[in-house]
Amino acid sequence: MKTDSRLEKVLKTGGLAVTSECGPPRGAVPEKIREKAAMLKGYVDAINVTDNQTAVVRMSSMAACIFIRQMGLSPILQMVARDRNRIAMQSDILGAYSHGVDTMLCLSGDHPKFGDHPMAANVYDIDSVQMVQMVKQMRDEGTFQGGGDIENPPKMYIGAAANPFADPFELRVPRLAKKVTAGVDFIQTQCVYNLDKFERWMAQIRERGLHEKVHILAGITPMKSAGMARYMKNRVPGMDVPDELVNRMGGVPKEKQGAEGLTIAVESIERLKEVKGLSGFHIMAIEWEEKVPEIVERAGLLPRPEV
Amino acid sequence: MITAERKPMEEIMGYVEPCQRILLVGCNECVTVCAAGGRKEVGLLSSALQMAFMKSGKVLQVKELTLERQCDPEYVEELVREIDGVDAVLSMACGCGVQEIARRFRDKPVFPAVNTSFMGASERQGVWAERCQGCGNCVLGLTGGICPIARCSKRLLNGPCGGSTGGKCEISPDVDCAWHLIWERMKALGMEKSYEQVMPARDWRTSRDGGPRKIVREDLAL
Repeated sequence: MKTDSRLEKVLKTGGLAVTSECGPPRGAVPEKIREKAAMLKGYVDAINVTDNQTAVVRMSSMAACIFIRQMGLSPILQMVARDRNRIAMQSDILGAYSHGVDTMLCLSGDHPKFGDHPMAANVYDIDSVQMVQMVKQMRDEGTFQGGGDIENPPKMYIGAAANPFADPFELRVPRLAKKVTAGVDFIQTQCVYNLDKFERWMAQIRERGLHEKVHILAGITPMKSAGMARYMKNRVPGMDVPDELVNRMGGVPKEKQGAEGLTIAVESIERLKEVKGLSGFHIMAIEWEEKVPEIVERAGLLPRPEV
Repeated sequence: MITAERKPMEEIMGYVEPCQRILLVGCNECVTVCAAGGRKEVGLLSSALQMAFMKSGKVLQVKELTLERQCDPEYVEELVREIDGVDAVLSMACGCGVQEIARRFRDKPVFPAVNTSFMGASERQGVWAERCQGCGNCVLGLTGGICPIARCSKRLLNGPCGGSTGGKCEISPDVDCAWHLIWERMKALGMEKSYEQVMPARDWRTSRDGGPRKIVREDLAL
């Protein structure tokens, strides 16, 4: 084992891992984090805590991770390259690890243009691939990127994201391969709606044997309404929502669309369970965390292993 | 070239309103090519300012002059003959030119008439686009001659982020995805294999991050 990460232990068992996420609140309200995390207890192996997602200011991921850790759960610290240079990143990693946070996800981050501070400077001192390299160096060599020794190096289990649906499609596996070269341990993908395309991507992953070097968790986001389906299809960059899914959501009465969205999520998991080389699911129920237990249960992913 | 755009009239008026006589100085280099501050634009701004003054019942005397290069002390020296008696200098050069005038003439206010934008190239008539950030450590040899630092919105060095769609950047359909362009070039040049080499974190000291930069050529310095 490289770390004490609960996610690493679950993946080591060879069974399917389940993660979910909490978006921190837009205010100094720790109880909201605790409420969201409590809903997920016993249903997921680890909880991603987003880092100012869509470039909108929220409570810091690290602070929210600490609250979740204090509840005896396993948070995954998300960190974006947009807001911090490598000094701040390494400092936050030491801080998070000191509080028992042992799993993280390295991301580029959404451009500030999409957020509530489009006027902010963006940092991008290093990119997500380079962040993976840096965290691995801190863990395995016990040194900062600048070369200095770390006293009690942070043993982080290192994750990164992959979007099988962005363009150019032919570059999606090579880009993941770079993250593997950089030393990533697990990958959580963008929300999967186009299952055929995802399966084609996974076939390319297997062709190169990458599934043996990194654990891949498929992203699942239940749609609340036909409106959300259309929004995801048309407005979210790099999202691939097939027309038949939009039509299926639109084909049921409004009050039943949420239930339909949950059923689609469960069906997607059922189908993707059969995909060779897939290590689990990352269920992102955006502002709908209370539905995660139902999805996990209906998809036959309970009970979560004791590790 | 360095590109620039003329500032809004109201802002320029805000600077020169208290003046009666100004020296309006253009530059014959980059700002001429990008049609922001050459001889022609000097003439246009001069007329516009005089008309604006007349509207409010005042008179502005404008001496017009376009230097060969406003960022070069040798040419800025030509202003010595013109500068006496004016209340201020209004420069239509890039920020380098404005500062050269400020350095040479310590007791004379100098105002910028343009916003200096970026180092770029002409895409077609009337359109200029950013190409270089002057990072001081060129990677173009590794990226097929297309710069990810200047042209990727996140200056990513290891490939397109998840927001690249149909060759366009997530921030706008009007912005090309630099990594899409790089990848197409790499394919055309048979450089596909080199893509998977991880480009390590950069040393940004050669860029603006290392503080204001200076080039000293011992072989040329007097």
